[in-house]
Amino acid sequence: MKNKLFEIKNTAINLIEEAATKDALEKIRVEFLGKKGRLTSVLRGMGNLSAEERPAVGKIANEVRQVLEEELKKAFDNINEKEKLEKLHKETLDVTIPGKKITLGSKHPLTVTLDEITKIFMNMGFKVTEGPEVETVYYNFDALNAPKNHPSRDITDTFYISDNVLLRTQTSPVQVRTLKSQAPPIKVIAPGRCFRCDTPDATHSPMFQQVEGLLVDKGITMSDLKGTLDVFAKHLFGPQVKTKFRPHYFPFTEPSAEVDVTCFKCGGSGCRVCKGSGWIEILGAGMVHPNVLKEGGVDTEVYSGFAFGMGVERIAMLKYEVDDIRLFYENDMRFIEQFR
Amino acid sequence: MLVPISWLKEYVNIKDMESKDFLDRMIMSGSNIEEVHHYGEGIKKVVVGKVLKVEKHPDADKLFVITVDIGSEVLTIVTGADNVHEEDYVPVVQSGGWLPGGIKIKKGKLRGIESNGMLCSAQELGFGDNVVPAAIKEGILILDQAYPLGMDILEALDLKEEVVEFEITPNRPDCLSILGMAREAAAVFSDTIKYPSTDIKHNTDDINDYISVQIEKPELCKRFTVKAIKDIVIRQSPWWLQKRLMASGVRPINNIVDITNYVMLEYGQPLHAYDLRYVSGNKIVVDTASDSQKFTTLDGVERQLNSKMLMINDAKEAVGLAGVMGGLNSEIKDDTVSILIEAANFDADNVRATSKKLGLRTEASSRFEKGVDTNLTLDAVNRACKLIEELEAGTIIAGTIDVYPKTEEPRRIKVRPDRINALLNTNMSTDELADLYKRLEMEVDLGDGADLYVQPPTVRLDLKEEVDLLEEAARIYGYDNLDATIPKGYTQGGNSSKLDFQNMVKEVLAASGLNEIQTYSFASPKGADMIELPEASIKRNFIKLINPLGEENSIMRTTLIPNMMETLIINYNRNINRAAAYELGRIFLPSDTELPNEAISLVLGAYGQKNDFYMLKGIVETLLDKIGIKGAEYEPEANHSTFHPGRCANILYKNEYLGIIGEIHPDVAENYDISARVYICELDFESILLNADTEKIYSPLPKYPAMDRDMAIVVEEKVYVREIEKIILENGGKILENVELFDIYRGKQVKEGHKSIAYSLTYRNAEKTLTDGEVNRVHSRIIKALKEKLGAELRE
Repeated sequence: MKNKLFEIKNTAINLIEEAATKDALEKIRVEFLGKKGRLTSVLRGMGNLSAEERPAVGKIANEVRQVLEEELKKAFDNINEKEKLEKLHKETLDVTIPGKKITLGSKHPLTVTLDEITKIFMNMGFKVTEGPEVETVYYNFDALNAPKNHPSRDITDTFYISDNVLLRTQTSPVQVRTLKSQAPPIKVIAPGRCFRCDTPDATHSPMFQQVEGLLVDKGITMSDLKGTLDVFAKHLFGPQVKTKFRPHYFPFTEPSAEVDVTCFKCGGSGCRVCKGSGWIEILGAGMVHPNVLKEGGVDTEVYSGFAFGMGVERIAMLKYEVDDIRLFYENDMRFIEQFR
Repeated sequence: MLVPISWLKEYVNIKDMESKDFLDRMIMSGSNIEEVHHYGEGIKKVVVGKVLKVEKHPDADKLFVITVDIGSEVLTIVTGADNVHEEDYVPVVQSGGWLPGGIKIKKGKLRGIESNGMLCSAQELGFGDNVVPAAIKEGILILDQAYPLGMDILEALDLKEEVVEFEITPNRPDCLSILGMAREAAAVFSDTIKYPSTDIKHNTDDINDYISVQIEKPELCKRFTVKAIKDIVIRQSPWWLQKRLMASGVRPINNIVDITNYVMLEYGQPLHAYDLRYVSGNKIVVDTASDSQKFTTLDGVERQLNSKMLMINDAKEAVGLAGVMGGLNSEIKDDTVSILIEAANFDADNVRATSKKLGLRTEASSRFEKGVDTNLTLDAVNRACKLIEELEAGTIIAGTIDVYPKTEEPRRIKVRPDRINALLNTNMSTDELADLYKRLEMEVDLGDGADLYVQPPTVRLDLKEEVDLLEEAARIYGYDNLDATIPKGYTQGGNSSKLDFQNMVKEVLAASGLNEIQTYSFASPKGADMIELPEASIKRNFIKLINPLGEENSIMRTTLIPNMMETLIINYNRNINRAAAYELGRIFLPSDTELPNEAISLVLGAYGQKNDFYMLKGIVETLLDKIGIKGAEYEPEANHSTFHPGRCANILYKNEYLGIIGEIHPDVAENYDISARVYICELDFESILLNADTEKIYSPLPKYPAMDRDMAIVVEEKVYVREIEKIILENGGKILENVELFDIYRGKQVKEGHKSIAYSLTYRNAEKTLTDGEVNRVHSRIIKALKEKLGAELRE
């Protein structure tokens, strides 16, 4: 009987080794270990054995069952593993085929530039405000201390709707509007569209965009203006950039300054972008003229302030090396998509 | 303002300074530089030559063969210029020589005759065509004297010169002069100015025998100063004078005119010279013209005057247009023997108005317009006489007529050093501050209190109050010497909620694949016709510009649709096969107030592959979803002339109009000459903003499972999906959670004129698990209602 068991074991193991599919293994399992299987039938014959023989044979039979079960499991696992590998192999993708892209739209480059500028100032505690594009002569010129006969008031320079209404030539009118509507401390920037009678060419556009800044509080100094704009320039163009404040003239600020940054292209050694000077003018600024503060109802003996303004197109053109301002308003999709 | 540095050096000590240092410090004190011109640069092997012989070229009508002695040798040179004569001294470029701009001169044969170099013109030596004297404009520069033969032309003509073009801001008309710039340089470099000499050596006669002056309009003519000169010899100015004028941008004419221009450049005071022969009655009367009067100016143009224009008259007629241009009748001519030199001060506004009215702008008028100090006239006429004497061009008549009705006194301005220091964040002592002002030729009274009393020179028309002196102190102290600090005090930065909202919309649209465009706020009134807006549309109530650049920019836009159409057309015409874009911008409509109503509008537009009505509608739905506008309705619109009658819908929310979406009408497409289908959506951004609800409140996740039931129904083609969904929702009871359309089918298995629409319905009870029975009951009710109301048939 023992021999029979060993024979079953060997036969089964041989068959298991030869089996190539899970079905074949199942068949082997049924044939040897099933209710009517060969091992079971051998065990059924154990009743004929003597009481002494029975435990020993029983032990062997159990061992054989255990071995066969283990072998079957091993073989199952092997086949499973093999099938899995085959499946994975069949599922191989050409990962070099391009993906299914989602086409993102792109913000306009001037929006991208403006967002960058406003973010810097918002982080410095400036609130963003706006004013009308169609403005009164009062806010655009008179309240800003512009001399009555200043050439910029001419019909050759400014678009008029009527004698008293025009298209604003600068975002500065927002200064007076803000001063009239809130009490200091005031810390705002005002982006927006401006208009001047320029025929479009590579560097001129009858419509352009500015960002105005205004800070009015007790004890504001010209040093504060320098510090604020220096921080701004470093954020916009990089920490290595230096600023230079040159005296200039604007009717609504005094002292007034034009602000240059070291050329971010050549680092100041002189190149095509900075026309060899190493410096690039980026904005105008100054201490708010007392006449403007007074117009806004601010006591000039108590408060002082600074203001600044910059052209968004100019900064975008410098940053992205765009050489023709008209591209911004032509809206060729191939242009806009470059700023995605 | 063009400033030859050699001229500046006559008045201020900057001799040993490196050019770059000089320029940098001038820039940092407020005199910005536009350009620096380097005369004489690039000139090599150009020498003085004397013309020995001028012969016609045997084989060319328009060429001459010149024999010229340059000292070391005698050269044969062929030239096309016809102003060269024997004995003339001329600049000769030897072969192998160089001219400005990298031009190399080589030997060459011209029609068979060898030319060993070139004679050159003033232009070829670097002077602008606009300043070269008329007589030599078309020819060779004939030198003014017998220089040693073979002498380097750079040395002979003193050609090496740096000319700086300063940008003069409108508040500093005093800097439109060499002396003005010298004052700036002196302040920057702590020097004092050496003023030019006005010391006339010899006088004869008495001016009162020559002329009298009467001012009828003292409000328009604040001062009138004249001197008379006799024994005038009109000739060409010496080279140094011509060169200086040319370098300063002024064309030399003759010695007398050149002197008046020279003094104008030097002092900033315009002068005018009259031929005394043609000033009748020995009398000058300054008065306004009459409306019918005509007057011929120096340039030979007859001008129509009006009663506001100020004229210089003699006893009989007008001889000059005050502050703008002299008259042709009293012009300096070659045979002029005695003259009057006038330096006057005219009202800025009056000169501007006259100049503008006549369209005549001159060096004189542009200076008077910006403002000239009334205290310059006397120095200016004396300086001119001094130069006439020096150039031996005439004899000065003793005395000066100087009519100056109201003397302009210097201003006295109170300055508080504490305030200056407070605003500049500096620590200047009163003496330091006073010293800055003294460097600017101001008189400073230290007084006995803490304040300074500062008296600027009268040329500084711009200095009127303390703040002006704050700026003066700051720029001479040096902006670069001020500290950089960060303002004290905390403020919360940020966008307005409206701007934040706009940014969010831009993010959603970008994520939806739309590119942002930006177009002009002004537009063409034709845009309304192009998009077929009805005649009665309020969007035809345009805000019009008085002075547009052209009709295409003559109104403020009332809708963004034409701008979007134009943008799409630009792209379409450039063979870009698809475009999908949006613009978020202002439109302008009339209002009851002085200023128009500026509202924000949003337009979406698309054409080309993958773009269709439902693509655009999907984006609008995504956007409205994102901003919390749920359940907007799309009401078919067949009567909007911009849109295809069968492919357009008004977008409504709680019965309020939000916008319109559709394919553009074929007529509009034809107007724009586009053969692609174009889809447009215009949204009233202000309404969207009002209805937006971006507040988020959590709703509990469902505890019980949902059951999905699909159904496909066949309805007539004319039935709108909206009607079907309305019926489904009405009959879904509390347990219908979601309705989703997943297929529309037309074809073989569906009757002609019908469509099959498939929905997936989701049922859920928030309180318990649903049974099949409950769901079936509701589902059957829905199907029954669809059958009854729409004749829908369930498709198996």
